Amino acid sequence: MMKQETVEVNAGYLIILTLIAISIGGLVEIVPLFYVEGTIEEVKTADGKDAVRPYTPLEQLGRDLYTKEGCYTCHSQMIRPFRDEALRFGHYSLAAESQYDHPFQWGSMRRGPDLARVGGKYSSAWQAKHLNDPRDVVPESIMPGYPWLRSNDLDYSDIVAKMTTLRKVGVPYSDDDAGYQANVEKFGEKVAKTLDINKAEDNIMLQAKKGNYDGDPSRLTEMDALIAYLQVLGTMVDFNQYDEKYFIDFR
Amino acid sequence: MSKVYKDPITGVETTGHVWDDTLMEFNNPLPMWWIWTFYATVIFAIVYWVIYPSWPSGLVEKGYFIGTSEITYQNTDKKGTTTAQTTHWNTRALLAYEMQNDENELKRKKYLKEVAAMSYDDIAKDSDKSSFVRSYGKGIFGDYCAACHQTGGQGVIGHYPNLVDDAWLWGGSAAEIQKTISDGRKGNMPSFAKTLSDTEITNVANFVLSLSGTEHDVASAKEGKLIFNGKGGCMACHTPAGTGLAALGSANLTDKIWTQADVPHAKDKVAVVSAVVKSGIQREMPTWKTRLSEDEIKVLVAYVKLLSAE
Ligand code: HEC
Ligand code: HEC
Ligand code: HEC
Repeated sequence: MMKQETVEVNAGYLIILTLIAISIGGLVEIVPLFYVEGTIEEVKTADGKDAVRPYTPLEQLGRDLYTKEGCYTCHSQMIRPFRDEALRFGHYSLAAESQYDHPFQWGSMRRGPDLARVGGKYSSAWQAKHLNDPRDVVPESIMPGYPWLRSNDLDYSDIVAKMTTLRKVGVPYSDDDAGYQANVEKFGEKVAKTLDINKAEDNIMLQAKKGNYDGDPSRLTEMDALIAYLQVLGTMVDFNQYDEKYFIDFR
Repeated sequence: MSKVYKDPITGVETTGHVWDDTLMEFNNPLPMWWIWTFYATVIFAIVYWVIYPSWPSGLVEKGYFIGTSEITYQNTDKKGTTTAQTTHWNTRALLAYEMQNDENELKRKKYLKEVAAMSYDDIAKDSDKSSFVRSYGKGIFGDYCAACHQTGGQGVIGHYPNLVDDAWLWGGSAAEIQKTISDGRKGNMPSFAKTLSDTEITNVANFVLSLSGTEHDVASAKEGKLIFNGKGGCMACHTPAGTGLAALGSANLTDKIWTQADVPHAKDKVAVVSAVVKSGIQREMPTWKTRLSEDEIKVLVAYVKLLSAE
């Protein structure tokens, strides 16, 4: 029989056995989900298309900034099914809502409020002011300011590579006509257009111009992308269409 | 490599690890209370695992543990029919159950319903209801409104209007405030940087200051009046008297209350008014009817009215 001491003095044994021990917890939690039907809820728009869509290229770049700047170290994006969270943040998060997130931003650290449904809660002007220096609008805030977001031009040179990579892990961006048609079928024409990898750069310009997120229409900044992302969070599903039972039955 | 020594005084053995020739560590056993607590937590974990229930042991399904296997909640479908639904235990159903049965939740709903059925005057007169409005309203105002209008509703001059001064852009009746909160508002004044020259802007700014009796250059204001009612077209939105229109959310320029131009704190008052005329104003109050229920909005209207009445 192997003795405790053998394991303690052999780094190889120690590493392998530790890995086995800690993966048990993860596997027990995760593996069953692959076999449970309806882990991802089916949510549709009023005209029968998929309600949850992949991010537009501008939003995706904003998401990359969100992870790059470390916003997730203070903010979760996961409203749990508890009464206090329902009252403060709104409907609990659905698995469907983060199906195109790679990796998802659920998190558990809440030094700041949950952001899963922050889209549309404030105006873009507020978001820009708040990100520049939170204490301008929330005097007691402990959130750091990110003033460079406003001055840095948005770097979108690698957007095609990014979307192509995401496609490989299952996000339905399209790079040919067949893919585009499939997206029209799944999400409707308006959304399908924004998921076309070949038109990514045009789409970034169009959305930034229309949204004018940072309040400076003459430039395309990192602020534009990050706010475009924040403003879409939690807004895709229309919960008025469904009753309680609908989502409970998926569990 | 390792050699176990026995301490001659206490009789306790060392672990056998030796550092720097002589540094050793006693191999004292863990205290018994610690070991038994450890075993107890292991046993607790197994029992909890079965009852939670995360292991299909059959015990829970057979109903040995009351209240752990099933949850019954009321479901109101989209046609408005309410039926009782029973499902296996899960956190979503538990939330639905709690929202229908939790003592505090029922109290919250009861108060919201009562407030919804009352007129604003009656709410203000009823001390129980107005203290509910004060405390519940303060909570939701903090969650949803304070980030812009600030905790006390005093606003940020130039960005977010003051809600406690009882001067309103969009009207101060309950119905108007209710519409403001429910649908949101877009405050919009065009920029005059291209249509008016700098002198014209200075003149009209002096006229604007004269409307509220603020110090100004009289000769310049006289010129400005012509621009206000003519070339500038200011009177179309602000009315020729300068009192503003609630339907457009155009500011009353005749009171001494300023929401955009920080006149009270400015040394050069003409400059701050000119800057506003030059840049125009684009402000947005978000829509809340998608996030808050009608009853919650009613509480907010009553709360905002309480704030401005104080
Ligand atoms: C040090 C922790 C910390 C970091 C890092 C941080 N935040 Fe915050 N955030 C907070 C706190 C605390 C609040 C609440 C006070 C406030 O509104 O400023 C907040 C509030 C917010 C809000 C308003 C939420 C609401 O519902 O009122 C948004 C939006 C937000 N943060 C976005 C971001 C983004 C985007 C980043 C990354 C660029 C970020 N935060 C990084 C702590 C943080
Ligand atoms: C994103 C910032 C923001 C948030 C959050 C916000 N407001 Fe406003 N609110 C504004 C702005 C900007 C205006 C002025 C609109 C204009 O310029 O006409 C305004 C106007 C108003 C007015 C009309 C004031 C007047 O003089 O007529 C009321 C009442 C009001 N808000 C109440 C609320 C309440 C209640 C909430 C919370 C549910 C709230 N606001 C949340 C930005 C905000
Ligand atoms: C299209 C309608 C419109 C026209 C034309 C217009 N205004 Fe305004 N003005 C507004 C509105 C609406 C507001 C309030 C905006 C807000 O609070 O969001 C406002 C606000 C102001 C304010 C700020 C008042 C304060 O309390 O800080 C000044 C000063 C002002 N206008 C002056 C002028 C002058 C001078 C002209 C003509 C050169 C003019 N406006 C033309 C709609 C208009």
